[in-house]
Amino acid sequence: MAEFRLPKNSRPQKGARHNSDLGMKSPRRFEIYRWSPDSDDPPKIDELYVDLATCGPMVLDAIIKIKDEIDSSLTFRRSCREGICGSCAMNINGVNTLACTQPLDDFGDVVRLYPLPHMPVIKDLVPDLSHFFEQHRSIEPWLKAPEIVSNTERLQSPEDREKLDGSYECILCACCSTSCPSYWWNSDRYLGPANLLQAYRWIADSRDEETGSRLESLNDSFSLYRCHTIMNCTNACPKGLNPGKAIGEIKSMIAKNES
Amino acid sequence: MPTGNYKIQHHQHDVVVVGAGGAGLRSCLGLSEAGLSTACITKVFPTRSHTVAAQGGMSAALANMGEDDWRWHMYDTVKGSDWLGDQEAISFMCKEAPSAVIELEHYGVPFSRTDEGKIYQRAFGGMTTNFGQGQAQRTCAAADRTGHAILHTLYQQSLKHNAEFFIEYFAIDLIMEDGECRGVLAWCLETGELHVFWAGQVILGTGGYGRAYFSATSAHTCTGDGNAMALRAGLPLQDMEFVQFHPTGVYGSGCLITEGARGEGGFLTNADGERFMERYAPNAKDLASRDVVSRSMTMEIRAGRGVGRDEDHIYLHLEHLGADILAERLPGISETARIFAGVDVCKSPIPVIPTVHYNMGGIPTNIHGECIGSAFGNDTEVVPGLMAIGEAGCVSVHGANRLGSNSLLDLIVFGRASARRAVENAKTKPLAKRGNNALFEPAISRFDHMRYSDGGVSTASIRLKMQRAMQSNCAVFRNQQVLEEGVDEIEATIERLSDVGIKDRSMIWNTDLVEALELENLLSQAKVTVHSALARQESRGAHARDDFPDRDDVNWMSHTNARLNNGLVGLSYRPVVLETGTTEVETIAPKARVY
Repeated sequence: MAEFRLPKNSRPQKGARHNSDLGMKSPRRFEIYRWSPDSDDPPKIDELYVDLATCGPMVLDAIIKIKDEIDSSLTFRRSCREGICGSCAMNINGVNTLACTQPLDDFGDVVRLYPLPHMPVIKDLVPDLSHFFEQHRSIEPWLKAPEIVSNTERLQSPEDREKLDGSYECILCACCSTSCPSYWWNSDRYLGPANLLQAYRWIADSRDEETGSRLESLNDSFSLYRCHTIMNCTNACPKGLNPGKAIGEIKSMIAKNES
Repeated sequence: MPTGNYKIQHHQHDVVVVGAGGAGLRSCLGLSEAGLSTACITKVFPTRSHTVAAQGGMSAALANMGEDDWRWHMYDTVKGSDWLGDQEAISFMCKEAPSAVIELEHYGVPFSRTDEGKIYQRAFGGMTTNFGQGQAQRTCAAADRTGHAILHTLYQQSLKHNAEFFIEYFAIDLIMEDGECRGVLAWCLETGELHVFWAGQVILGTGGYGRAYFSATSAHTCTGDGNAMALRAGLPLQDMEFVQFHPTGVYGSGCLITEGARGEGGFLTNADGERFMERYAPNAKDLASRDVVSRSMTMEIRAGRGVGRDEDHIYLHLEHLGADILAERLPGISETARIFAGVDVCKSPIPVIPTVHYNMGGIPTNIHGECIGSAFGNDTEVVPGLMAIGEAGCVSVHGANRLGSNSLLDLIVFGRASARRAVENAKTKPLAKRGNNALFEPAISRFDHMRYSDGGVSTASIRLKMQRAMQSNCAVFRNQQVLEEGVDEIEATIERLSDVGIKDRSMIWNTDLVEALELENLLSQAKVTVHSALARQESRGAHARDDFPDRDDVNWMSHTNARLNNGLVGLSYRPVVLETGTTEVETIAPKARVY
């Protein structure tokens, strides 16, 4: 019999209630996923209030305020705080995005923070992305062209360079891949939108001379074709990129090659 | 002894690189290519390093947009450094620059292009042609995401060359024996284990310490861990009083707006709508050096000509550039201005304020990246087994003020140089042997002490006190009184660290502890920074003293070396290197610095 329920110790329980909204000018309730690898306890959802009157405008500002003033054990990744490093990707009110560029004003009275979905959790809001990065390595994301000894650059027209716009800007935050149902079920063999966008970045580069073999290596029923154009990826991308379109381009290039 | 409570894994490598930003990755790449057993340990995933946030570009006299010469670049850099930069290092960097950029292009960096298909180069502050005559277009750009493009490409190349990474490992301390560096003690956040990396050579590419200040363009992770490890090892930090304020941080959040915005034609105005830079720098105007522009903005605000409700900031105008140029050349900062200032750059100016951006100071090195200045007080002796590169190092190419787009260049040139030298050194060094446990036990004791600290004061409150003190007492303008207060404030803040208490005792992903250790690192750097600034009685580059408004080449054309001994700051001075190290260019003699 298939097991339709989550394993026993993985269902979140009610966690700590850290404070009340008493005396706050502009209270906002936070519900935060907590899990510690040091105990056998199931995950808990902590509740607390932050006064937005004394907080910066972004979700990350609130998370840092919580760590600084309420519970210093709250664990999350963060670095640049301006949407370029990709560290603070998490699920905020059901949507994967970067906490640092997500305004608090977009939400009503409650903000729910969870780690990126369908990834193993290391602690609290920190997911294990090693498989995601291993897949990134597997697409061989580097320029493949004969070495040149010349001391000048390879020429590339502005039009050819423009073909990289929309793909080279990817910050590997994994918001798109972890919002993709196909990736949830088949991430062992499906590369997922982020890494297919990375693959496309090299396919589209006029300087790369391995377009054929790059397309060939994606041409199996799992690596690429588990994309069913659900387009959650494009909705999720905090940088406004369109992985769904890039995947479509790859499919159409393979189809043209085969016809 | 707490050592017994920790599971320790030992590793042996030819070279250990600490940090995976632009400098660390470029070094690592050279070492892996040469076949050395190399470990790169980094506290964040490589593409999260702060190089990723560099925007405007990387300077090199490629002459793609008009006549150029590396000697002109050198002149600009010496002048930009206010004659504190070492001319041998500067000539080396500027001469190596074109090959460094071309190498990156060959690696696959998606540079913007000219109509001929060459690398696009834009104007940047302080970059001139013909020794100060005209404005150069020397800064190689990938739109306004050059750091991102370079960092990702270097990471991709590292994958190609199978570099060995230890990701999300926090470096705790250097392991030193008789003045020689033997390795690094690090903590794996994911498993909670401690690791000792024994190495023939250790290369620190750990970046700057912008987070010692309240408002910085720097990432939260910019805590100068390598600098602090050097201080704890008794080694000096050089020229720490020189902290660069970038003219255009977004008012409020401190997010960076590239100087390339002014390079593409943007300009600053005050509350009267006046382009005030024309008064302060009649020739270069908005493209004067960063220290000059930041001081001018501060003076306008002090004179009551700031904009906004509190008249405390300045406007940066890009509206006149047009939507097409903004979309093609400045898409990243257009997005930043929209998100963090609520501004549509096609329609309105961006509110900006000078914001801490870069540390010219760091661990002193020679042009090969080898650390100089022993724990025993000698300022020129090489420290065996230890190198420092990028913002962590002070070679010194930036002197008292760095020119925009010279830091990406610094990372690549000296990252590459350090790899070359380490490969050379490794020929005579056998694979690192394991040393005695006593060499790293004191570091574990310090770690353990912090882990179980249970005082009543939070890391965050001590950090805030330090950041406020640095912001008020060691900012764009300084004087004796303000700096003395700064010294007292920082000393008092350091005392509070003994009452710190953390809540998380776990070894796995304990960021409560990471932040406390980072705070300890920041405090030691803040301390040597204010002491070095108080001692330097002149104005030079980013160090502007109201009470000593002039540059004093007779007494102060020398590098500060600051050491910490039992909590006391010891200062010594080393003359600036004026020899260029080559017959191709002569020493650029000091003269008045006007833009």
